[in-house]
Amino acid sequence: MESNIRKELVVSAIENGTVIDHIPAKSLFPVVRMLNLEQTEGQVTIGFNLDSKKYGKKGIIKASNQFFKNRDANKIALIAPTATLITIRNYEVVSKQQVEIPDTIEQFVKCVNPNCITNHQQITTKFSVIDKDDLKLQCHYCEKITGKNNIEIL
Amino acid sequence: MKNRSLVSITDYSKEEYLKILDLAEEFEKNPKQSILEKFVVATLFFEPSTRTRLSFESAASQLGAKVIGFSDASNSSVSKGETLKDTILTVSNYSDIIVMRHPREGSARFASEVSKVPVINAGDGGNQHPTQCLLDLYSIRKTQGKLDNLNVAFVGDLKYGRTVHSLVMALCNFNTTFHLVSPIELKLPSYVKMHIKNNNLNYFQYTDLNDVMETADIIYMTRIQRERFSDPIEYEKVKNAYILSASMLDNCKPNMRILHPLPRVNEITEDVDATAQAYYFTQALNGVFVRQALLATILGVK
Ligand SMILES: [Zn+2]
Repeated sequence: MESNIRKELVVSAIENGTVIDHIPAKSLFPVVRMLNLEQTEGQVTIGFNLDSKKYGKKGIIKASNQFFKNRDANKIALIAPTATLITIRNYEVVSKQQVEIPDTIEQFVKCVNPNCITNHQQITTKFSVIDKDDLKLQCHYCEKITGKNNIEIL
Repeated sequence: MKNRSLVSITDYSKEEYLKILDLAEEFEKNPKQSILEKFVVATLFFEPSTRTRLSFESAASQLGAKVIGFSDASNSSVSKGETLKDTILTVSNYSDIIVMRHPREGSARFASEVSKVPVINAGDGGNQHPTQCLLDLYSIRKTQGKLDNLNVAFVGDLKYGRTVHSLVMALCNFNTTFHLVSPIELKLPSYVKMHIKNNNLNYFQYTDLNDVMETADIIYMTRIQRERFSDPIEYEKVKNAYILSASMLDNCKPNMRILHPLPRVNEITEDVDATAQAYYFTQALNGVFVRQALLATILGVK
């Protein structure tokens, strides 16, 4: 595992920044959007449909000079639970962590309830995560539960 | 509880429910008191509900408060496309407390977050209607002399009936044994049953209303609506199975009382009205005292 990451980092190593590895291929572009990387000025390398022994096809993101707050990074766990977050300083891996589903989620996710006020007015959605294994999000407003099969990213 | 909004029944603790119920008892003895003369109560009914609105307005008026608002969004600025946020911000400039009913779920929670004054939820779509729940608790305590250790039967549409869900949650504070009578298709949702289990309480499920007649202290009736059934044949099969008539009451406990959130259609036959068990009309009246207690508590005069 360690040697694999080493090899890839060498391919297009970054001096400082964040590498997000092991993103399921289908979630790569939603993750890019979630982290707002389309708006960034800095250098971003994106790998799509790369072979992965573990996950079939995977995606990888290397963002120079960007360091994500845990809170932000953890949001991607909703759509890419297998993702690993690697922080690089001076070409060295200084930390590596599995993303973790946070306790609360703001923005990004649409409430599954068509009659929820957040689906009718300009209101930022807010959920508490009531089950992390079998992902269940409870809407702060209408109190209805959005399950993992209904998660739609805004 | 002063200045705190009431959006969902779970916003209050057991002690807080009891405080409201005790105060409601005081208002029942003496409903006309000039204690809210300095206050303006806004009643914003984005969808009409005459029964609930009149109950709140009567509660406020009897305590001397001024009442402003609208009874139907179609003749207010809302119909011109004003956002809920703007309506609430505007009205909170003119009032000390807002009572609102809105067809969208979650609207009351949102309003309570943008409002400068406390908000009482008088129904947000199919979500919450906490004052109904408080008046149900009040009615149960009044008819049984206690809230603890009762056998409470819920009958009819237990799947979609929000009053049932809230009341079950609230009763979980009082060591209740639940008897759930419904067609298979309209059983109590599993998350509510989980809540009962998590409180180490018991529930029993039935499809025959007669099975609970001898054990229940309270029978809480609800209406079964045709549109809740995916299969119309299923509706035809069960529509007459959950109707309570006077002849079924022969073996009930003498203290048993029948509640219903009203309006009823045909699920309680009219011959029940004259029995000692019928309590649903008094139950509705109790709503005024409970709402008086809430207004006085949240406005900080009691
Ligand atoms: Zn919602």
